[in-house]
Amino acid sequence: MTDSGTTDTTAVEDLSFEDALKELERIVEGLERGQGALDDAIAAYERGALLKKHCQKKLEEARLKVEKIKLDEAGQPAGTTELDG
Amino acid sequence: MQDASKDNTLDGPGNLPEFTVSEISQAVKHTVESSFEHVRVRGEVSRPTRAGSGHLYLTLKDESAVLDAVCWRGAAQRLSVQPEEGMEVIATGKLTTYPGRSKYQMVIEHIELAGEGALLKLLEDRRKRLAAEGLFDAERKRELPFLPRVIGVVTSPTGAVIRDILHRLGERFPVHVLVWPVLVQGEAAKAQVTAAIEGFNALPESGGLLPRPDLLIVARGGGSLEDLWTFNEEEVVRAAAASDIPLISAIGHETDTTLIDFASDKRAPTPTAAAEMAVPVRADLVARIAEDTGRLAHAMARRLTEAAAAVAGMARGLGDPVARIEQEQQRLDFAASMAGSRLTARLDRLRDRIDRRLPTPNEILTRTHGRLETVVRGLRLTSIERALSEGARDIDRLAVTGEQAVSRWLTGVEDHLKGLQRVLDANSFERVLDRGFVLVRDAEGVPVMSAAAATDGQAVSLRFRDGERAAVIGEGGTPAPRKKPAAKPKADTPSQETLF
Repeated sequence: MTDSGTTDTTAVEDLSFEDALKELERIVEGLERGQGALDDAIAAYERGALLKKHCQKKLEEARLKVEKIKLDEAGQPAGTTELDG
Repeated sequence: MQDASKDNTLDGPGNLPEFTVSEISQAVKHTVESSFEHVRVRGEVSRPTRAGSGHLYLTLKDESAVLDAVCWRGAAQRLSVQPEEGMEVIATGKLTTYPGRSKYQMVIEHIELAGEGALLKLLEDRRKRLAAEGLFDAERKRELPFLPRVIGVVTSPTGAVIRDILHRLGERFPVHVLVWPVLVQGEAAKAQVTAAIEGFNALPESGGLLPRPDLLIVARGGGSLEDLWTFNEEEVVRAAAASDIPLISAIGHETDTTLIDFASDKRAPTPTAAAEMAVPVRADLVARIAEDTGRLAHAMARRLTEAAAAVAGMARGLGDPVARIEQEQQRLDFAASMAGSRLTARLDRLRDRIDRRLPTPNEILTRTHGRLETVVRGLRLTSIERALSEGARDIDRLAVTGEQAVSRWLTGVEDHLKGLQRVLDANSFERVLDRGFVLVRDAEGVPVMSAAAATDGQAVSLRFRDGERAAVIGEGGTPAPRKKPAAKPKADTPSQETLF
C-alpha cells in the first residue's frame, strides 16, 4: 500500500477531517485494486478503520455554537456573549 | 440705491422703521428659514471637511454660485453616500442663516448622488483603479477550507441575515460561529466592517481570548445601491483583499454586486448561499463514510478469500512429498545403471564419424592444385597476345600519318605568309613613291589629302622617293611645268587614298 500515499507516520488523531477522509478513500481504492502484499493490505485496513473512527468522531462532535463578540471602548474584542444577549 | 440713501439722508428719520443689526438679522433668518425649510439642492461637492466634533462641512457649487452647507454629526453618521470632492449630489435639508457672520447656509439632512449613472460611474472608476493594483487578481484567491472549525461572521447582530446564515449552517453542518457585530449602513459602517475583518485576522492561532476563525463571511441583506455603499468603500475592499483568512462576501441579493465581491475569495449571491459554501452537508459525509467503511471491509474480505484460495491451490500443486521423492529416486537409479553402456556406444559412434568425414590436409592440397591447372588451361592467352600486337601496329601507323599531316600544314602556312609579304611590299607607300607619286604634308607633318584642305601660300613638304623638298601651294590648274610632279599627287590625292 506504499504506492497509495498512505502516511503511516502521521497520528490519525492529528489529521483534519478532510485529510482523514481523503486518506481513508485512498486506502479503500488501493485495497479494491488488490495490489501489494497481504501484510501491507492488513496494515492498510487497520489504519483505514482508525481513520473511519476519527472521521465519525469529528462528525458527531459538531455542534452549533454561536457567540457574539463583545467589543471594548477601543473596538477590540473583550469576550463573548450570547447572540441574543 | 444711491438715490434712495440720499433721500433717506435728506428726509432724515422719516416714516421708515429703524432696525437694529440683530433685529434685521433675525428678520432675515425668519424669512429664509420659513421660505426654505425643506429644499433639494443639486450641486457639486467642494472641500468637504469633517470637524473634530463630527460635523461635516462642505460647499455646494455650480457654474456661477456657491452655497455653504453643514451636516450635523447625527445626520452625517446616517449618510449613505459620503460626499467626496467633485461629486455631483442632491442635498436635502433647509436653509438657515448665521447672524454672527452675516451668512446663510444649508443644513443637510440627506445626500444622494445626482442620478444612478453618476454613482455607477464612480463605482466603475474605483473598480478599475483597484483592479489595476491587482487587488482582484485570481492568484490572490484562497481555497475555502473543506470543513471549517470556526466561522467568523461580520454582519449586523440583529435582523434576518445572521438568522439565515445560522439556520442554514445548523441544517448543513453545525459549527462554532463568532459574530462580530457591525453597522452595515451609514457613515460608521465602513470603519466597523474594516475593523472586524482586520480584527478576526489579528486573532492568534491559539491561546487567544477567542478562537481564530478559519473562514470569514461578510454579509448584508438587500438594499439600494446607496444602502450597500459601505461594501464599495475602498478601505473595506482593501481589508477583504488583505484577509489571510479565506473570506466569503454575501452582500444584498443575487443581482447586487459590490466591490468587496471582487476582492473576496468567494462571492455568495445571498447570505444563505454563503452558509452553503461554507460547510458541507453533514448527512452526506456520514453516508460517505458509511459507504467507505463498507467498501473497506468488502475489499479486505476479498483479499483474504483470494489469499486463502491461492494457498489452497499451491498446496494441491505440491502433491504427496514422500511419493514424489521415491519416484525421483527411482529415476536416478535407472539413469545411473544405464549411464556406462550408453556412454561407450556413443563414443564409438563419434570416432567412426570422425574417421569417415575428415580429409587430411595433403588430400585437400592435391585436390585444389588439380582444379587450379584446369582453370589455367582453360584461359585463351593467344588471342590476347594477338590483339596486343595488332594494337601496336595501329599506333605506329597513326604516328607516321600524324607527322606527315603536321608538316603539310606547316608548308601551307609558310606559303601563305610569303604571299601576304608580297602583297604588303607592293602596297607600301615607298613603292608608290617609286612609281613617281609624291606625299604632300603640311607644316605639322599631316598629309594634305585634298585640294580644298590646302590654302594658297601654305607651306608644305613634298616627300619624293629619294628625299624631301619644301613647297608652297599656289593657285591650282596651271603650275609651272617643273613643278608638275609636285602638283600631281595633290590632284591625285583621292586616288592615293583609294590606293591604300
